[in-house]
Amino acid sequence: MSELRQATPVSSPQERDEERGRGTRDAQHHRALGLTDTEYDLIVAKLGREPNAVELSMFSLMWSEHCAYKHSKRLLGQLPTEGPYLLMGPGENAGAVDVGDGLAIAFKVESHNHPSAVEPFQGAATGVGGILRDIFAVGARPIAVLDSLRFGELGGEGDRNQRSRYLLEHAVGGIGHYGNSIGVPTVGGEIYFEPAYEQNCLVNAMALGIAPHDRLTRAAATGPGNTLILFGALTGRDGIGGASVLASAELGEDDASKRPTVQIGDPFAEKKLLECSLELLDLELLVSLQDLGAAGLTSSSSEMASKGGLGLDIHVDRVPLREPGMEPFEIMVSESQERMLCVVEPHRVDEVLAVCAKWETTATAIGEVTDSGHLRVLQNGLVVGDMPVPALVDDCPLYDLEPAKPSEPIYPAPPRVLDGDAATDPAKILPALLGSANIASRLPVFEQYDWIVQSRTVRRPEEADAAVLLLPDGAAIAVSIDGSGRRVAADPYRGTVEAVFECASNLACVGAEPLGLTNCLNFGNPEKPHVAWQLTESVRGMADACRALDTPVVGGNVSLYNESGGGPIYPTPVVGMVGRLPEAARAGRLGFAQPGDAIAVVRAASPSLPASELAKLRGDALPDGLPEQDPAALRAAIELVRDAVRRGDVRSAHDVAEGGLAVALSEAALAGGLGATIDLREVGGTTCQGKPLDEQLFGEGPGTFVISGPRELLEDLSAPQGAAIAVRVVGEVGGDALAIEHADGTLRWPLDELRAPRTRGLADLLDDATRLDD
Amino acid sequence: MKFGILRFPGTCDEVDAQLACERVANAEILWHGDRDLKGVDAIVVPGGFSYGDYLRVGAIARFSPLMESVIDFAKQGGPVLGICNGFQILCEAGLLPGALLPNKTLRFVCRQVDLVVERDDTPFTNAAATGELLSIPAKHTTGCWYAPPALHEQVEANGQVLLRYAPGQNFNGSLADVAGVCNEAGNVFGLMPHPEHAVDPLTGSTDGLKLFASIRDSLAAAHV
Repeated sequence: MSELRQATPVSSPQERDEERGRGTRDAQHHRALGLTDTEYDLIVAKLGREPNAVELSMFSLMWSEHCAYKHSKRLLGQLPTEGPYLLMGPGENAGAVDVGDGLAIAFKVESHNHPSAVEPFQGAATGVGGILRDIFAVGARPIAVLDSLRFGELGGEGDRNQRSRYLLEHAVGGIGHYGNSIGVPTVGGEIYFEPAYEQNCLVNAMALGIAPHDRLTRAAATGPGNTLILFGALTGRDGIGGASVLASAELGEDDASKRPTVQIGDPFAEKKLLECSLELLDLELLVSLQDLGAAGLTSSSSEMASKGGLGLDIHVDRVPLREPGMEPFEIMVSESQERMLCVVEPHRVDEVLAVCAKWETTATAIGEVTDSGHLRVLQNGLVVGDMPVPALVDDCPLYDLEPAKPSEPIYPAPPRVLDGDAATDPAKILPALLGSANIASRLPVFEQYDWIVQSRTVRRPEEADAAVLLLPDGAAIAVSIDGSGRRVAADPYRGTVEAVFECASNLACVGAEPLGLTNCLNFGNPEKPHVAWQLTESVRGMADACRALDTPVVGGNVSLYNESGGGPIYPTPVVGMVGRLPEAARAGRLGFAQPGDAIAVVRAASPSLPASELAKLRGDALPDGLPEQDPAALRAAIELVRDAVRRGDVRSAHDVAEGGLAVALSEAALAGGLGATIDLREVGGTTCQGKPLDEQLFGEGPGTFVISGPRELLEDLSAPQGAAIAVRVVGEVGGDALAIEHADGTLRWPLDELRAPRTRGLADLLDDATRLDD
Repeated sequence: MKFGILRFPGTCDEVDAQLACERVANAEILWHGDRDLKGVDAIVVPGGFSYGDYLRVGAIARFSPLMESVIDFAKQGGPVLGICNGFQILCEAGLLPGALLPNKTLRFVCRQVDLVVERDDTPFTNAAATGELLSIPAKHTTGCWYAPPALHEQVEANGQVLLRYAPGQNFNGSLADVAGVCNEAGNVFGLMPHPEHAVDPLTGSTDGLKLFASIRDSLAAAHV
């Protein structure tokens, strides 16, 4: 399911309308539905008459930001969408890449931010349900889910932090409820907490599916005279007005009153729908298949018709309803969950209905494919809506952004958490970082998800930097989802480049080569120049990073208007990347594996403290910009690590991310249950010498890896000629402590002193959330 | 030798169970609406959320046409293994003692756990050794085994507890650390952890294979 965002002009266009003296009841009606007067006039021109209520409600949804991408479409054109492994690119329900052996992996990430802010359990659950339908709509069996979540700060007292804990607890519960019940493993994800998400949490769900190449199904309706069959759940009033009500107002005091506009998920219904859809495709009974997401029948039917260049007649009186007396427009815009639409040749209709009956899934012929080029809505034989398909799908005006870099910082400095000694003594900083909500072990959350169903999970959460899923031929795919809003807020261009490289780095640590990526762009109101600037710079960064890695974008989602009284969220482009490794048995792990192994650091860039986790805990304001990057060096480091993992030269590989080198070493030590001794003076590159100790230990930035393995193999690793990367053996695995020698002495932490905060950091906050429910 | 694996609407782990059974014998999936057990030699009632766990876990599946045949099969001494939701269904059907309650944390938990083999002289555990630890994952919301004191005493006295959670591993709060129990006759066995997810070194441990191999071996021995 997609984000319920709609481009309601927040200020200026409506003011302009007022100046033009438009204030009639009709005008207020289309404005309430999120259309500007200019857009309304365009609709009148396209129809050659005023739209009726049915048509107006359908146009308002199809011309919303969510369906028409009217503020982002021009920008998104910059993203590279071609690649050697690409099978299906943007425009279908999900993109797909070739993983060899005649198999394809379909994948996509989508947001369900606003529904989750209003009702976190159902919002997150239906987010998972929606993205899963996108996957099986293209004929792929869903094999994995990952989630990217953002909430306000959890710690401390106060209503706002209590609310963040409530949102986290229930969003996680909803994801687990849906994914676990439907039998699709949740194999990874990320969760971050920042004040900027306090009033606008983010719930992005990514799903992957597997299919033989020849079963990939497109959504285009073809063959005039073919039958349109709606199957799955009954159509009710849930979700009606979701797009306009949730999207057109900033979330505020009366969120609870918006609950009826959030859809309710039923994973059992979706499980039957999934098996039924795949059986229909296996039996080759369908011409095309489409899921019903945001904007319900309106969006799914008009997109099917548009892709086929044809028309459709829909008889709303034939749609099975959950409640009597629904108006035609309600039936057309209902966002009831767990429904699919398919096109079937007339002589196969009975067979299709029989398969649906086997799966106890309601199925009804509700219309026909026509060659009229119009979407017609009929009730008891009377036409109640008649619109040219291109007008609905293609003719929404696109808007140029007016980006301007803000002259003053947008985000206040975070509250100071570490003070005095605690903020300056590295011996105390490391346990504090490991116990902070953004770095502590995610297992208390991941354990609420089934990560093993379907018997493909080669690397479970926190065993490796990316999830690894077995393919039938013994190869594997790897998948990671990443995006650091704080670093993108500091530098929208470089922060986004980092997010893409971070994903590729995680894949490299298990030995995987990127095949494609999907993204979800979570931003504030794009009509505001500073948000437009963030969005523009971020998309430019994503395009450049994709090109630097030769990895295409296969599809994605845009979620705008994530802001409220407190200002916009951190700009949060979330990147989900899928890669392939030739041998599942050689998939990398992050934990140190054997006492006596050498430890090496691969480094392609200088880490720095601004915008780091430590800077946040110290209460430092965001910097204006991140350090310059060398994409060629970053790529060379990624390939060096990937190839070493593939050859079996290393026994552990871990990307240095939040908290810097010292945190990465701690994570590798704790995951393997083995200590380590390293000499910080040996860590090479242009980096460490002369830098303050805290920056060497806790500085962040892309392009640094910690690997371990037999000494002679690590000593043989060297950078390719001309690449600005350093590979240095810096220490050895062993003992029950992490010891870091530096210019002025040795820091030493028994593993138990690191394990306790890492294990308890998030767990304790979650336990608080449980108590709130009592 | 052939295993039959039940599939209800909402079953999730039937293909995993089939793959596990096929590592030791043949296996076929059986549809909930049929009554025909198709001549299988042993039944696996797999995990998942049959009928969406609506009403109460396992409560609706127990009344399906296929389950009526399974109940007859069990009463005639045929081996039946229930895993997770399958364990819950067999308890609802009255084929196994006790009931499964929500975990003490009230949360779904997915975790690799160690199980202690209590007896190795049963059709389900003969390929393991008494006292052996099996590393097998568990994943459920409703896995806290409970029986009233008199029934519990009887179950223990009869030696019906075949697997217990190792010390410190009982995350769901099961009475006496019970992870799996069999019926008095010893031919029906249910456990909350998932042996079908412990059959391949690539995806975890291989300790779960011992349960499937035990069933095959005990049937082979019976036919000699």
